[in-house]
Amino acid sequence: MVNQKGAAIRDNQGNSWLYSDIVKDHFFNPRNILFAGEEEDYDADAMGRVGSPACGDEMVLWLKIDKDSERIKECKWQTFGCGSAIASTSMLSVMLSENGGMTLDDALKIKPQDIMERLGGLPNRKIHCSVLGDKALQSSINEWFRKTDQLDRIITDGAKVIDEKLKITDHDIEEAVLEGAQTLEDVQKKLKVGAASPESIPEIEQLIRFYSEKYYGEAFI
Amino acid sequence: MTFPIKPEEKKLVYLDHAATTYTDERVVKAMQPYFTEKFANPSGLYTIGREVNGALNDARRTIAEILHTLPDTIIFTGGGTESDNMAVFGVARKYADKGKHIITTKLEHHAVLHSCEQLEKEGFEVTYLEPDSQGFISPKKVSAALREDTILVSIMYGNNEVGTVEPIADIGREILKWRKTHATKFPFFHTDACQAPGALELDVEKLHVDLMTLNGSKIYGPKGVGILYKRRNVQLQPLIFGGGQEMRLRSGTENVPGIVGLAKALELVQERREDEYMRLIDLRNYFWDRLQKDIPKIKLNGADLGLTRLPNNLNISILDIEGEALLLYLDEYGIVCSTGSACTSESLDPSHVLLAMGLPYEYAHGSLRFTLGQKTTKEDIDYVMKYLPEIVEKLRQISPVNLTQNPEENTHPKYHQR
Repeated sequence: MVNQKGAAIRDNQGNSWLYSDIVKDHFFNPRNILFAGEEEDYDADAMGRVGSPACGDEMVLWLKIDKDSERIKECKWQTFGCGSAIASTSMLSVMLSENGGMTLDDALKIKPQDIMERLGGLPNRKIHCSVLGDKALQSSINEWFRKTDQLDRIITDGAKVIDEKLKITDHDIEEAVLEGAQTLEDVQKKLKVGAASPESIPEIEQLIRFYSEKYYGEAFI
Repeated sequence: MTFPIKPEEKKLVYLDHAATTYTDERVVKAMQPYFTEKFANPSGLYTIGREVNGALNDARRTIAEILHTLPDTIIFTGGGTESDNMAVFGVARKYADKGKHIITTKLEHHAVLHSCEQLEKEGFEVTYLEPDSQGFISPKKVSAALREDTILVSIMYGNNEVGTVEPIADIGREILKWRKTHATKFPFFHTDACQAPGALELDVEKLHVDLMTLNGSKIYGPKGVGILYKRRNVQLQPLIFGGGQEMRLRSGTENVPGIVGLAKALELVQERREDEYMRLIDLRNYFWDRLQKDIPKIKLNGADLGLTRLPNNLNISILDIEGEALLLYLDEYGIVCSTGSACTSESLDPSHVLLAMGLPYEYAHGSLRFTLGQKTTKEDIDYVMKYLPEIVEKLRQISPVNLTQNPEENTHPKYHQR
C-alpha cells in the first residue's frame, strides 16, 4: 500500500481503532434502522437497494418524502456489511433527515466524501463502503421520480465500454479502484480478465488515475 | 437497538491462537539469560561466546530430536514466512537448470503463494492444486500433477484457516514412488507445518518430507524466529548473504534468545501433546454443539470435526451478517477471533482458502474463525455463548439479507429479497 495513513483498522502504535469516535458511535448505536420484519408495515415513498451479500455489502434505503416541499421526512435503512458500511449508512440517514429534512436536489448533491467528512474520515480501503450509501440514495430517489412521473429528472449514468474484447466498462474500473486496485495489473486481477487490448490500455490507465485521484486524492500510477 | 449488557468486568477470551499465541512463561524464563548475561556472539571464540554457541547447539539438538533428524538439518530463520520463502526460492533458484515446474495448492499461506507468484514472473511454471469442499488435497491429485521438470512440491500440513490436516505422509509416499520409478531425486517435498506442533506428528521420516517450516509464535514461543528443516541431500540458494551463519544458508548473528525460546516452546508443546489434543477436541466439539443449538443458519467450514482437523480450530459461517461487523462487536465484549471476510483483508477479497474450497462469497463474508489454546476453558466458551447468539440476532435485525441455507453444503444459497 502506497498510502499507509489510513490503510489499516489498527495503527502500528497499538491503538485499536483507526475508525473515528463518530464511526464507532454510529456502528455501535446505529440510527434510523428499519428492523428486519418491519418492512411490510413501513409505508415508504421510495426505496433503493444496492450491492449484494456476495460482494460483501448490501444496503437498502427507505425514504418518506413530502410531495410539495420535496423534503425527506424520514430515512430508514438496513445494511449487510462491515463496521464502516453500517456507520456510513447510519450517518447518511441522519444527514438526510436532520433539520427538517433535506430537499431531493440537495440530497442528490451528497458525495461519498461528504459522508466521510461527517464521520471524521474513514480508512482508505473502507471508502467503498460510503460510496454504496450514495448509490442507494440515488437509486431510491430515482424510484421516487419514476413514481411521480418526473422521468426527466432520473439520473442514469450509462457505462461506457472501454475494452471491447474484455467488455470492461468505466464502472468496472471504478469498482476495481474502490476495491483497492492501483495498477493495470491489479485491475485485471480484480476483474478476473486477461490482458487488455493494447489500444485500450492508455484509457484504462487514465481511468485508474482518475478514480484514484477522485477517491483517494492521489494516483499511484 | 440494544445489545446484550456488557459484563461489569470485561473478560479477555482470546480465541485467535492460530494468529499467534502468548509466550509461555517458562519459555520467557529460559530466554531471559540470553539478553543480558549470556549476550555474546556465538561466533566468538572466547569463553562466553563458546557458552552461547553451546546453547545454540543444545537448541538445535533438542529440535532435531523432536523431528527425528540430525542437528545439521535444522536451520534457524526469522520466522515461518522466511522459512517458507527460503524453501520455495531456495530450491527453485538452486535447481532452475533441472526444471522450472512447482506444485502447490490454492490453500497455502501467502508466504508460499506469493513466493510462487513471484517465481512465475521469473519464468517458473506453478500448478495450484484445487482442494475438495473440506479443504483436502488428495495424494492422487498430487501425483497426477507431477512432471519430469517438477522440482518442488509445497503443501501445507495443518491449514491455519480451516484446520484441515492434509495427508502429508501419503503425499510424501507418492512423491517417493515417483522418484523411484523415474530414477530422479526430484521433486523435493516441502510442508508448512506452523500449525502442527502440539497437535500432529512431526517425525520427518514418517512424513516423508524434505523441507519443513515451523515457527515460534504459534507454539507459545517467541515471535520472529522460525525453523526450516532441510534434508541433507537438498541444497538451497540462500536468501540472505553475509557472515555465513547457519551453514552458510542464513547469514546474520543468530537470534540466540529467540532460538533458545523456540526450542523450549517446542519441547513443552510436544510434551503435553496427547493430553492437550484430547482436551482441545472435547472443548472445540462442545463449542460447536452449543453454536448449532443456539444460532440458526450457521455452517461449519473445513474438515469434519475428526482426526483430520486441527483440534483447536473452529471455522464457521454465520449467514446474513458480515464477519468484520461481528468481530468488532465481539471485541467489545472481550472476545477475540478472526474472520475471512473481505473487509479485514488488504485486497478486499474474502479468504482465498474459503473460496478455494468452493464456498460461495456470501458464506465467506460471514465467516468467523475461533482457534482455542492451552488456557482456553469451558467457562470461556460459555462466556462466548452468553453473548454471541444475541449479537448475531441484533446484526441480523439490521441486515437486509435473508439467505436460505441449502442443505447441500457449499452450494449457492437461495437469495430472498425483502
